[in-house]
Amino acid sequence: MDLKDNLGATGDDFYAALIATHDGLSESQSHALNARLVLIMANEIGDLARLAILLKAARKDATG
Amino acid sequence: MAYDYTPFPYTAPAGLTAPEPRHPVVIVGAGPIGLAMAVDLALQGVRSVVLDDNNVVSVGSRAICWAKRTLEIFDRLGIGERMLEKGVTWKVGRNFFGKDEVYNFDLLPEPGHKYPAFINLQQYYVEQYLVERALDLPDLIDLRFLNKVTGHADHGDHVSLTVETPDGNYTLQADWYIACDGAASPTRKRMALPFEGQTFEEHFLIVDVEMETSPFGTDTPERWFWFAPPFHSGQSALLHKQPDNIYRIDLQLGPETDPKSEATEEKVLPRLRAIVGDAPFRIDWMSVYKFRCAKLESFVHNRVLFVGDSGHVVSPFGARGGNGGIQDVDNLGWKLAAVLKGDAPARLIETYDEERQHGSRENILNSSRATNFMTPKTAIEALFRNEVLHLARDHGFARRLINSGRLSQPCSLAETSLQTAGDAPLRPGSAAQDAPLTGPQGDTWLIGQAQGDFTLIGFGGTELPDIDGVRCVGIDSHDRAYTCFIDRDGHAKARYGSDHIYLLRPDGHICAAFTAPDRAAISAALQTAKGN
Ligand SMILES: Cc1cc2nc3c(=O)[nH]c(=O)nc-3n(C[C@H](O)[C@H](O)[C@H](O)COP(=O)(O)OP(=O)(O)OC[C@H]3O[C@@H](n4cnc5c(N)ncnc54)[C@H](O)[C@@H]3O)c2cc1C
Repeated sequence: MDLKDNLGATGDDFYAALIATHDGLSESQSHALNARLVLIMANEIGDLARLAILLKAARKDATG
Repeated sequence: MAYDYTPFPYTAPAGLTAPEPRHPVVIVGAGPIGLAMAVDLALQGVRSVVLDDNNVVSVGSRAICWAKRTLEIFDRLGIGERMLEKGVTWKVGRNFFGKDEVYNFDLLPEPGHKYPAFINLQQYYVEQYLVERALDLPDLIDLRFLNKVTGHADHGDHVSLTVETPDGNYTLQADWYIACDGAASPTRKRMALPFEGQTFEEHFLIVDVEMETSPFGTDTPERWFWFAPPFHSGQSALLHKQPDNIYRIDLQLGPETDPKSEATEEKVLPRLRAIVGDAPFRIDWMSVYKFRCAKLESFVHNRVLFVGDSGHVVSPFGARGGNGGIQDVDNLGWKLAAVLKGDAPARLIETYDEERQHGSRENILNSSRATNFMTPKTAIEALFRNEVLHLARDHGFARRLINSGRLSQPCSLAETSLQTAGDAPLRPGSAAQDAPLTGPQGDTWLIGQAQGDFTLIGFGGTELPDIDGVRCVGIDSHDRAYTCFIDRDGHAKARYGSDHIYLLRPDGHICAAFTAPDRAAISAALQTAKGN
């Protein structure tokens, strides 16, 4: 499985914004932010079948 | 073989014995930027004196990656072909995470360009070629080695400076003072100008090794980049090939390391062995750097102009230091020449600042992002970075997020004041794109025909108007009073379309595009581009 690249040329902008969102947070605050972000993004995607694919992609190698 | 650092000759300058007449331009610093500046001005008939405190080329390779746009500018300056011939054109890049290859890519050259995406060539060769080019133009370039500028004062309509030589001190006057005196710019310090930005805490050990056997195990030059390399405790490493069997190795050391003890053979050799194996090699040069990204708020201070590292510095990931400086030269050269010749108002110089601040900001943004990706500051940043690398094995989108340097691209000047807005396949503000052409003298390239002067390009049945000071180039046109070329492989039409007329600035940037040969509209765009 190779997930489609939807960010394209804006990838660097997104990555920088993501890291900046964590600026000044403690590690546990950051983990909490990440959890909120996953939930918010899941709601935006809103398609359970699609989400199942993404969950599987993220799970791959998790214990490797 | 090791590079031969033959010193350039010093001759006692005239100013030591009698005052010299005021010079139109004095360039302080004969690094790649100062030398390119002198050649650019000379090609437009502007004389300059170049002063350098030293008398050899850059010691150590320093800048090694020269991007396509830079090579196209060097083509105009007369050393592009020589650089291409000597340089290494790499194709295959491999990214590693730990000891595992995450992915590799083959940089297939885009057809129809004279120059590749970039070449590797040591800075000392570039400087040598530029010095030799400058010596071809002895009436226009007065190169003075072992001439150290120790002071300057701006008098409104000219600048005076004091110079120290092995034979004593003298003074000079110039209409314009161009500071190309590098990252530690004494000019900038004398003027107490703030130079602010981000300093990265990590030290980088940069080593050039010479070896006969390619560490890549193939004859193809590659670029290998490691995140969390297995062979040393730092966070990244880079292996890159240069000409003469010289390999560049960058090793990121932690912030706590002592740079002095790291740059010793006893510390470096085991790390090099871990990268290149048992093949015999020789250390050619090594140095430890801490990088920063910073720039001046303005590159124009009345009669004092900052060009290259004196005005802005970046971390080297993405190779934007030297490449950015050459674009400064390209931008300033024609403007200063036009102002000195009375062909444009002095305001045109202000647009050098406007346009290159924009380029410099873009370079700093990209270099900082690459450096941040390579040197995560917090546990969370490291976590994201590492998981991008894990995902990259399977997913193209994550590969695109891996950032070990985004190669310098020509920046767009669309929003700046010299361009006339318009819609065309190549938008005003973008740099011209190359294409193979055939003309009365045989095969040639578009960039060779369209740089150096204001140029109008028209296609097919279009008849370009004759406008003073504008060169006309016809593509697939016949029986014109101006030179016409055949679009040999169709690349020119594919890139420019055939329905537009383009007006190019002498630095090869498109400043306006038209759908009809309307003399009044073209003349107006020309005046706008000259700052009128
Ligand atoms: C490790 C490393 C790797 C790099 N890699 C790349 C790369 O791959 N690609 C890239 O594009 N860039 C790269 N760079 C950046 C590049 O080397 C610089 O951007 C480039 O040298 C800037 O050129 P310059 O002419 O502005 O300054 P410099 O090359 O520093 O030249 C300044 C000159 O001014 C002279 N000078 C200083 N003070 C005086 C004085 N008072 N009087 C007279 N003369 C004076 C100096 O002697 C020197 O000759 C790298 C840099 C480093 C350190």
